[in-house]
Amino acid sequence: MEDWKRNGRAFWTLGSPATFWLVVFFLAPLAYLLVLSFSSKAVIDGQVSVNDYAYLTGIDNYVRTLNPDIISIFLRTLWWSALATIACLLVGYPIAFAICFMPERWRPLALLLIVLPFWINLLIRTYALKTVLGARGLVGGSLNAILEPFGMQADIIGTTPAVIFGLVYVFLPFMILPLYSTIERLDKSYLEASLDLGASQFQTFYKVTLPLTMPGIVTGLILVFIPCLGMFLISDELGGTTSWMIGNVIQSQFGSSNDWPFGSALSFVLMLLTIIVLFIQWYVQNHSKGVGAQ
Amino acid sequence: MKTILPTPTMNRRKLLRGSGALFAGLTLLPYKAMSEEEKKLSFYNYDTYIGENTLADFTAATGIEVKMDLFADGDELFTKLKAGNPGYDVIVPTNDKVERMAKANMLIPLDHGKIPNIANIDPAFLNPSFDPGRKFSLPYMWGTVGIGYRKSKVADASSWKVMLDDPAHAGRIASLGDQEHNIGVALKYLGYGYNSTNMDELNKAKELLIAAKKGIKKYADDNGQDLLAQGEVDLTMEYNGDIAQVMAEDDDITYVVPKEGSNVWEDTIAIAAGAPHPENAHAFINFIFDKDNGKHIAETIQYATPNKAAREIMDEAYQKNPAIFPPSDILAKCEYAAYLGEEALKVRDEIWTAIQAA
Repeated sequence: MEDWKRNGRAFWTLGSPATFWLVVFFLAPLAYLLVLSFSSKAVIDGQVSVNDYAYLTGIDNYVRTLNPDIISIFLRTLWWSALATIACLLVGYPIAFAICFMPERWRPLALLLIVLPFWINLLIRTYALKTVLGARGLVGGSLNAILEPFGMQADIIGTTPAVIFGLVYVFLPFMILPLYSTIERLDKSYLEASLDLGASQFQTFYKVTLPLTMPGIVTGLILVFIPCLGMFLISDELGGTTSWMIGNVIQSQFGSSNDWPFGSALSFVLMLLTIIVLFIQWYVQNHSKGVGAQ
Repeated sequence: MKTILPTPTMNRRKLLRGSGALFAGLTLLPYKAMSEEEKKLSFYNYDTYIGENTLADFTAATGIEVKMDLFADGDELFTKLKAGNPGYDVIVPTNDKVERMAKANMLIPLDHGKIPNIANIDPAFLNPSFDPGRKFSLPYMWGTVGIGYRKSKVADASSWKVMLDDPAHAGRIASLGDQEHNIGVALKYLGYGYNSTNMDELNKAKELLIAAKKGIKKYADDNGQDLLAQGEVDLTMEYNGDIAQVMAEDDDITYVVPKEGSNVWEDTIAIAAGAPHPENAHAFINFIFDKDNGKHIAETIQYATPNKAAREIMDEAYQKNPAIFPPSDILAKCEYAAYLGEEALKVRDEIWTAIQAA
């Protein structure tokens, strides 16, 4: 293909379906939501309308996102997402390492097993998890059978750890895959050199492996953290009465609360958070000496 | 290599050819304007909320084919139609949604002349505050919200105290998952009105609900009856008909409307604005209010029917089921949910968010 600068028409022919798609189904709705986030419900004959808006009335909706309840749900979302992300890293790193050091012929199978859950819809996987952890489920039921003689009962579903576990369960592959891709490209002779020169296993890991795989770690952290921020389904299904994440608030604004302007404002605040996180990733990766994970 | 480039030049002939295709597409549009309606009807309803054979019977009687889509709750119905009617004719909004949708011009006024079976409806239902004169809706089923519980685990559920203000069953309680019922019931327990907009009263209800969270295991979105049946909880706030369904399978489960009163609701039949088949919709509504068809529906779904002619020919087990027809002195203390206006709903939604955040 020739340079698009010289052959603009070829570029536009090939690029226009994608551009059309992007503009019509992504940018236009997003622009509408942005306008909506600065709007409010119209007042008609002294009554606030159910579904008519007065457009571009001000920043009231953004002021409302500073409500202490909303801030506390934002903080809860950040905290839970961070916990789930760290847990994914702690679980995912050894798994990625193990896959890299497997005999070559087992690796495709191992990777397939990691990706396999994606063949099943998220909602169905969450329901499956609910069944397994439930009071009469495989895990929940067995735990209760052990605890029962001591007069105790464990409820896993409806607790914060259940939500975190659900997040880890769903997003773990997003951590393992980028880690695998960096660890695999890691030049193993560096590790041998480090060990030959008298470093302990721990020192080698801490001073050689970890810095060199840092780009994979950062990519994995981002790929898990960002979707966690917007999650509402897992918190809804696995959480108890204190389970709302910011995604649940947004969902309710567009659903039962019928407050699309406020929901839009919350969405853009969440998007801003995402951009900040991506900026941190860009900064860290530009200042890292490790193996690229892209 | 020779570069092949697209040449998007336009001349008169190409323009004509292109616009020909465009107009061929356009001629299909005005089918709604045709005088005779096609023999179709689109019905938007809750799951398991129509007689087992009602739709087939209607098709057999009129030749009109019915396509039924399902929604999970009234908010889903409202949200779907708010963005523009995607082609539904007959819908089943709850009383407060009727008021809200009528205000937003989302419903078509009913032509009572085309529904002679209105004569079968109990006159007590014919002039409600949420739809004076039944301009937009007719009563489909009514019921209450109360406590479904296990008799072996809960001795006395005659007061909302057992859910909101009593540590005895902490962790074994489920509640409905929406602001209206939680806040409304807390208000009733405190002795206020279900539809209160008084900030003092609402704040007291909010504090009560935040304190009650310690004991509540789950705000179940209308599946409290399953949690109760599976043994995950011992008592739950639920709709009477949902509990009646699990009562039929488990003798240990029963239902009560607490003495402080509760919410009484009415699901209605209405026609959505922009309905493609309004004539068929009227025919269908008339069919539903027929005596025998009404009986068949009530037998299937076990909710209380406002169709007096149908109720009179039902068996005694239905007529005397306390989960379907609660005692009249308690029913007198129950209130309809009013449509409070968008501002008051916003206040309640903020309270609900605060409860979730706490």
